[in-house]
Amino acid sequence: MSRIVVQEDRCKGCLLCTTVCPVGIIVQSDRFNVSGYKVAEVCEADADKCTGCASCAQICPDVAITVYKTPKKKKGE
Amino acid sequence: MTQSAEKIVFRKPESVIDRATHYCPGCHHGVAHRLVGEVLDELGLAENAILIASIGCSVFLYNYLNVDSVEAPHGRAPAVATGVKRARPDKFVFTYQGDGDLASIGMAEIIHAANRGEKVCVVFVNNTVYGMTGGQMAPTTLLGQVTTTSPAGRCMTHEGAPIKMTEIIASLGGTAFAARAALNNVKNIKTAKKYIKKAFEFQLSNTGFGFVELLSACPTNWKMTPVKANERIETEMIPYFPLGVFKDVSDEGGVC
Ligand SMILES: Cc1ncc(C[n+]2csc(CCOP(=O)(O)OP(=O)(O)O)c2C)c(N)n1
Ligand code: SF4
Ligand code: SF4
Ligand code: SF4
Repeated sequence: MSRIVVQEDRCKGCLLCTTVCPVGIIVQSDRFNVSGYKVAEVCEADADKCTGCASCAQICPDVAITVYKTPKKKKGE
Repeated sequence: MTQSAEKIVFRKPESVIDRATHYCPGCHHGVAHRLVGEVLDELGLAENAILIASIGCSVFLYNYLNVDSVEAPHGRAPAVATGVKRARPDKFVFTYQGDGDLASIGMAEIIHAANRGEKVCVVFVNNTVYGMTGGQMAPTTLLGQVTTTSPAGRCMTHEGAPIKMTEIIASLGGTAFAARAALNNVKNIKTAKKYIKKAFEFQLSNTGFGFVELLSACPTNWKMTPVKANERIETEMIPYFPLGVFKDVSDEGGVC
């Protein structure tokens, strides 16, 4: 399974990440951060759809996204 | 499902300082900084690099990149870079400049540094406006584009055509590498990084001047949402400023 972590105090709510996610799971939340920006998030229900492609992190101008990936074990490992 | 340990596949590069930037939401300076940081890390250059920062919204770049730096306001960065590199040829020297900085007041400095084949690199952020001072027309502003100093839209007969810097730099004898990329999608961002790395490597091999133009969004002065501004790069900028490598001396057998 893969997942992203959005560093909420860095997110500026630009929503560029939402335009590049191939599975369309990033949305704007209802939460404001300390700077007053509505932060991006992946809903709990969609969390398992993340492919770990890191497209969201590549386009984020604020380097607010960290991407984690758990590779599937190959046969014999 | 059997799974092995979780790996981090994307994180902030070491050379980018862990702090919030002052940039507007959706401003591409942040992407440009991150790419430069990744290339510095991958080439192991951070300790030995000297950044020549410029004027414009990226004036505080020295607060965001973990390298030694000199501030050289309005267009003089290539001249300062020349001095720094000639005094300390053991250092890796690069400038980071906007289009207002580089292509207007700084036009003489950039042209002659490239023409002399100074062994420095230039990262050129073209967002078609003077961002920091409120969105005035830049030499790169597109025809018809409305800015505070071209309220009826840039007009060919009064203001001339937008200047294509990469093509000009590519035509100069001292240039080793000149390329233009865009920061509007994942594919173009990856290409941009490849070009920055290539330009940096031409300095490391002491070959010549390296120049990379990055088509970038300034949502605030374009008066667009970040998503719309990002789209404008594809629909309006790339058709006028074509992407690609305009000079690569490794294909041509040396400078001059
Ligand atoms: C000699 C001089 N003239 C004018 C200015 C005012 N000034 C500061 S930034 C700037 C424009 C910068 O625009 P650009 O290089 O496109 O950078 P951006 O802010 O868009 O990133 C100007 C004209 C100055 N700092 N110095
Ligand atoms: S890593 Fe890829 S799939 Fe996962 S949220 Fe980001 S863009 Fe979407
Ligand atoms: S791209 Fe980055 S700053 Fe913009 S909304 Fe997504 S996480 Fe936030
Ligand atoms: S004014 Fe434009 S260039 Fe300056 S920080 Fe804002 S979006 Fe970026």
